[in-house]
Amino acid sequence: MNAINGLRRNDQPIYLDYQATTPMDPRVLEAMMPYFTTKFGNPHSRSHSYGWEAEEAVEKARAQIARLIGGDEKEVIFTSGATESNNLAIKGVAHFYKDRRNHIVTLVTEHKCVLDTCRHLEQEGFEVTYLPVQQNGLVDLEQLRAAITDKTVLVSVMAVNNEIGVIQPLKEIGALCREKGAFFHTDAAQAVGKIPLDVQEMNIDLMSISGHKIYGPKGIGALYVRRKPRVRLVALIDGGGQERGFRSGTLPTPLCVGLGEACEIAMKEMESEATQLRKLRDRFLKGIQAQLPDTYVNGDMEQRIPGNLNISFAYVEGESLIMGIKSLSVSSGSACTSASLEPSYVLRALGVEEELAHTSLRIGFGRFTTEHEVDTAVDDIVRHVSRLRQMSPLWEMVQEGVDLKSIQWSAH
Amino acid sequence: MMTLRAYLDHNATTPMRPQAIAAMGEVMREVGNASSVHAFGRAMRAQVDRARTSIAALVGAAAADLVFTSGGTEANNTVLQAAGRRRLIASAVEHDSVRLAADGIVPAPVNGDGVIDLGALQRLLAASDEPALVSVMLANNETGVIQPVAAAARIAHAAGAVVHCDAVQAAGKLEIDMAALGADYLTVSAHKLGGPQGVGAIALRPGVAFAPMLRGGGQERGRRAGTENVAGIVGFGVAAKIALRELPRMAALAAWRDKMERSLAQLAPDAHVFGCGAARLPNTTCVAMPGVAATTQLMALDLAGIAVSAGAACSSGKVRPSHVLAAMGASDADCASALRISLGWTTQADDIERLVAAWGDLNRRLSPANRPAAA
Amino acid sequence: MSYSEKLLDHYENPRNIGSLDKTAEDVGTGLVGAPACGDVMKLQIKVSADGLIEDAKFKTFGCGSAIASSSLVTEWVKGKTLDEAGTIKNTDIARHLALPPVKIHCSVLAEDAIKAAIADYRAKAEKKVTEAGEAAGEQAAAAE
Repeated sequence: MNAINGLRRNDQPIYLDYQATTPMDPRVLEAMMPYFTTKFGNPHSRSHSYGWEAEEAVEKARAQIARLIGGDEKEVIFTSGATESNNLAIKGVAHFYKDRRNHIVTLVTEHKCVLDTCRHLEQEGFEVTYLPVQQNGLVDLEQLRAAITDKTVLVSVMAVNNEIGVIQPLKEIGALCREKGAFFHTDAAQAVGKIPLDVQEMNIDLMSISGHKIYGPKGIGALYVRRKPRVRLVALIDGGGQERGFRSGTLPTPLCVGLGEACEIAMKEMESEATQLRKLRDRFLKGIQAQLPDTYVNGDMEQRIPGNLNISFAYVEGESLIMGIKSLSVSSGSACTSASLEPSYVLRALGVEEELAHTSLRIGFGRFTTEHEVDTAVDDIVRHVSRLRQMSPLWEMVQEGVDLKSIQWSAH
Repeated sequence: MMTLRAYLDHNATTPMRPQAIAAMGEVMREVGNASSVHAFGRAMRAQVDRARTSIAALVGAAAADLVFTSGGTEANNTVLQAAGRRRLIASAVEHDSVRLAADGIVPAPVNGDGVIDLGALQRLLAASDEPALVSVMLANNETGVIQPVAAAARIAHAAGAVVHCDAVQAAGKLEIDMAALGADYLTVSAHKLGGPQGVGAIALRPGVAFAPMLRGGGQERGRRAGTENVAGIVGFGVAAKIALRELPRMAALAAWRDKMERSLAQLAPDAHVFGCGAARLPNTTCVAMPGVAATTQLMALDLAGIAVSAGAACSSGKVRPSHVLAAMGASDADCASALRISLGWTTQADDIERLVAAWGDLNRRLSPANRPAAA
Repeated sequence: MSYSEKLLDHYENPRNIGSLDKTAEDVGTGLVGAPACGDVMKLQIKVSADGLIEDAKFKTFGCGSAIASSSLVTEWVKGKTLDEAGTIKNTDIARHLALPPVKIHCSVLAEDAIKAAIADYRAKAEKKVTEAGEAAGEQAAAAE
């Protein structure tokens, strides 16, 4: 239980919530530090070397991001994070083309900020189709094809789901959008640096990127905006006209540098990291399934990033389990809505029954997860699930052979 | 390297306070999403809340009424649409992030010193019954001129308008009490007061209308979605605390600045300081060296290791006349030769001496006043 | 969201987990909530001949607050008469455990569970009395 790269102290729980946020890679922090101290200039200051060195750093970062996704650096716009990127992409395109096309297609399992933005656009008079997903969490391409009309301006489908880690068929969706003349936006906050992405090959027109999901800093993100064929946007934030007018505001140089460095590291290490994470994940799952009956993985196991599992531990309520496994930091449902009692809308969309949805945990592995941590986590979870099942009236009934569905539950 | 260069462009961005860097460094070595309920997340939340209190104190607001943003520009853009008022009036010298935040903003004129014309504001408000939002900055970024916000707010409120005060340049340089100013919305930015770039905040009068700009996720009580930039917010909090504590030091900075202006006036009697008839921030001088292009001055000063700027720094590289100076009725020639010199917490006496020497040298060599034959 | 020490204690060391024979005449069982809503409580009481609750057991599927609420209630009802136990209010439970506002429904469920158990016991007892009465009537009729 030694501190990993100085990231974790012995008294801290084991962090298994890498889809909520990732620790910063020490190399990223190192790259950022000079821009907090000696190289503190405003990158938009044109009149002195403080400004120039900051600008140079920002442009280097822009190129690092572009390289990771196969885009051109001129196509990368810095934002304050994936939430802003998603808001800008969807509202920006919708508002710019509203006189010609007013229909948007998205999925019911998108991140809250995509869904909320779409709902807001509906209030403004846009039409939005929220497509269901299949039981494995993936979009049905035929349904998608049928949903896109000649009024569709934008198809927004996330690359990787934040709760269940499934990877949507981006290349196929991109081809479909190109064929139908709709722009393709993908929220790739959970995908960048985890799986190979290529905006050319996948015909992605807009891509949202987050810093803190890829071992970079919080408060920075990016939006890829294709130039050929050109995608146009109405800006969300106006002012100094920075970022080609798409996004005004002083660029936070250290954060830009951090995001760039995080992309650079991901580019070099993505492949080996994926292998390592797959190993850890399989070890975890094997450990759980060998010791606990009635556990179910939600979402496709093949089309899935290696660092994610979402497991239902039947007959044990998720929050009580989290309270028990104090030495582990995991999440039930999505972190953004963790204070609410509603079961995850993503699991519901997969057709996971509500009683099972309430028993689900999201477990995220990442760059600094060790084998030892995985083993400790398995032991802890097995112990607490067993204890809570002993306490569970549902488990007792099932052991007695009662069919839970035959019971008239009081609606509460 | 630092000692060789004199940084006198603090209104563009000011170096971070070492304590703020240290606090951020600690946060950045931690992990956690402030919205997560586990121990990591809760620790992050506690840090955010502490910073919120410090920043609220800097502007006289309650912590619960502070909304974090990605900076002053987002804060200003948000306010202009958050109030839900379609009729927008802004002083003619507002920052671009206010002036260009929406279509159809009506400019309220300023006088020759850059101070808003309150009579004109009253007439603009009376021109229509539609409830308006009035945006008046506390201090101008180019000239440092301080606006009579409280008086403007009284007029605006009497006409049923709500008031936004952009205090990005003023925060940390002036004492701010948003209630006394009569501001319904007040915006600030971290990197102008010793905090990091990439964080800002909106302080709200309790109960005021607020429609979010970034949606989804429910952070900041549903007023601004997006995972909190915890490190940035913590750095902002530390910087705000120090800025508040060190406000009394601003008087000394003003004394240096005034001495500098006297020196410049002695070197070039035809040099003109913009807004000198009005109350100004203690750190800012906007001065024209007639007949010498600002770009020429900037290049010469940069070679001498002195960093200052011409007009607003936040434009994307295009050389264009300052709307602030134009609104003050400055001639094109004056605009084209204006430099902004802005002091800050790292400024030393010899920074100013070097600026004065280099500026004087430049004036001797290039000013048409010193080259009668060239005229 | 932080929890009180009392709540954590009940979650970590729950009192009276287990089951009583639900077919026994002196046992009342309350089963409330629904799996789809994320909480189900089973609360059982064993009532002595003189009408006192001499034992109580629970099993709960639900969050920590639900587990703590049911654990607390089993402690409270022991030694009480049915009428006394029936006066336990959810607000008392919530106050005792310092439940956060989003968890108040757990205390409501616990109150419902004890009420349901009492009702189940009384229904059984009534049935027994009726059956006994009917049996006595039959005997009397036979004697005539």
